[in-house]
Amino acid sequence: MKQDPLIPEIGVVTDIRTDTPDVKTFRVVGLDGKKPFTHIPGQCAMLSVPGVGEALFSITSSPTQTEYLEFSIKKCGCVTDWLHAMEPGRQITIRGPYGNGFPVDTDFAGKDLLFIAGGIGLAPLHSVINYCRHYRSRYGAIDIVYGSRSMEDLVDYPEILNEWSREDGIRVHLTIDREQPEWDGHVGFVPNYVRELAPDTARTVVMCGPPVMIKFTLAALMDLGFDRTSIYTTMELRMKCALGKCGRCNIGTKYVCKDGPVFRFDQLDELPDEY
Amino acid sequence: MKQIAKTELDTLFAAITAEQKLYIPADDSAGQAQFTLWRPGLALSGRLNTARSAKDLFFPQVENLVGFRMHAGAIERVETREEPEDFVIFGVRACDCRSFSILDRVFLSEPVDTFYQMRRAHATVVTLACTRPEETCFCAAMGVDAADPAGDVTCWLEDGTLLWRANTEKGEALTEKLPMLRPCPADAADAQQARTRALMQKLPLAKLDLSAFGAGKTRALFDRPEWASLSEACLGCGTCTFVCPTCQCYDVEEFRDGSSVRRFRCWDSCMYSDFTKMSAGQPRPTQRERFRQRFLHKLVYFPENNDGVFGCVGCGRCLAKCPIHMNIVKVIKTLGVTHA
Ligand code: SF4
Ligand code: SF4
Ligand code: FES
Repeated sequence: MKQDPLIPEIGVVTDIRTDTPDVKTFRVVGLDGKKPFTHIPGQCAMLSVPGVGEALFSITSSPTQTEYLEFSIKKCGCVTDWLHAMEPGRQITIRGPYGNGFPVDTDFAGKDLLFIAGGIGLAPLHSVINYCRHYRSRYGAIDIVYGSRSMEDLVDYPEILNEWSREDGIRVHLTIDREQPEWDGHVGFVPNYVRELAPDTARTVVMCGPPVMIKFTLAALMDLGFDRTSIYTTMELRMKCALGKCGRCNIGTKYVCKDGPVFRFDQLDELPDEY
Repeated sequence: MKQIAKTELDTLFAAITAEQKLYIPADDSAGQAQFTLWRPGLALSGRLNTARSAKDLFFPQVENLVGFRMHAGAIERVETREEPEDFVIFGVRACDCRSFSILDRVFLSEPVDTFYQMRRAHATVVTLACTRPEETCFCAAMGVDAADPAGDVTCWLEDGTLLWRANTEKGEALTEKLPMLRPCPADAADAQQARTRALMQKLPLAKLDLSAFGAGKTRALFDRPEWASLSEACLGCGTCTFVCPTCQCYDVEEFRDGSSVRRFRCWDSCMYSDFTKMSAGQPRPTQRERFRQRFLHKLVYFPENNDGVFGCVGCGRCLAKCPIHMNIVKVIKTLGVTHA
């Protein structure tokens, strides 16, 4: 009998990195020490701690990372509390990958890209940004606008500073909500910063972050003259099966776990406003 | 076509039971019909349909998925699945039989739900045509022919005789093991079928107009103001979803006992307030949104994703069981009136 898709594999957490006061990044391999499965940027996996619960997380590492999967996880509830308290070397369960992922090899190919993220919203974008960096020649200019509450809340700050911003053709625009003594960068909310930067409307935009940020940034992009067909985002709803069967995560006719989590705004416009 | 006298049903049931498990509709102590494991002397219910639907046998209310044993940071996965024995489910009505094909579209589409698939594979479905439909039945409006149900075998009860027609290989295989079934003319059920079909047309809900529903109707129906009054009295009890043969939402939960964990799934309901609740928000904050989800799923979302097939079979259970007398027919009638 084929293994049921609801039954997970055992995985090992080999490394835990503290990114911010409430975000840690977990490195996961299978029991054989290898990467549990291959994925597309933007896809997710179900992680669980038996006895505590199972939850869906976006895969933060790029598919081009061949040795392991990584997940940047914010502490917010049972499963994440437990993960944050654990020591490296412990086992968890993992199943996936789930969802559609970003059209990195089709719609994004050859385009100038603009990534906009707020807080932990960088997690799903991290995978696609590193994928685009790996296949750099396939994409045009890359701009990354990333904002958080404070310096300490910027996820992957060292990597952004030491790798992303040093590469040709990549521009990183960081912002934090309030002034801080050690900070000499931009201060202000992401939507306003996007307005100030006034990016070229020919860009394909990938946006991820808290709902308010999405709402106001979308308004800013519309005012700047962007087309909704070239703006992508990821949705997050409560999930249990991640297989399109438990009936929990639909927005109208679409199941976020199966038909999403990546949607273009013109696709979201077609769906009822229930998210 | 085969036949057997109704007085010999016990012999027939005993012969089936000799090979595999048999479930038939029988009255429980509360006088409600339920699919019950047959034992000598258990009589076929005279009621039209079972209180709970036949889905229980393929998608049980609670089902173990897998177990885990936890030892100092390590996890051992424990198989909890039990391969079911072959079984026969006798007396399934046309509506419930149609519900299996709806559940199949959910559970047998990729990635296949192997728990459901396994039960389906082990089952032989023997349906029973209706002769005395009730006022709450609207299967005909949903395109179900109560006089000629599908299934591996179709049966008709007529003047003290059970007529038996095998439809599939599984049905043929079962029939071969039952020598007490005697041949009879192929048209033996025709007269009954004609009578039942005429009767169905006279039912109060036979002409239920579904033209306002189906694929592509989300936009027209989603913001209709009537959802507020329709859902106003809904208790969010989930009775309608539990008795419904096509409702298939489930939850995955765990039971922990020391270092062992059992992960199981159980029925859930979109009518419940915590169904979509997240720490970050709630896309369906009031009963209005949950109520709308249940009916739009059956009448619009499901058909849109499944070749136009409605996610309701017209069994009428939700009409009979809702404590506040709300139901899908009222929803269809209220929203079916289109405003110019
Ligand atoms: S419609 Fe009726 S049965 Fe369904 S949840 Fe509401 S009150 Fe309960
Ligand atoms: S919605 Fe009501 S009438 Fe339709 S299949 Fe479900 S219980 Fe039966
Ligand atoms: S999480 Fe179960 S249907 Fe999407």
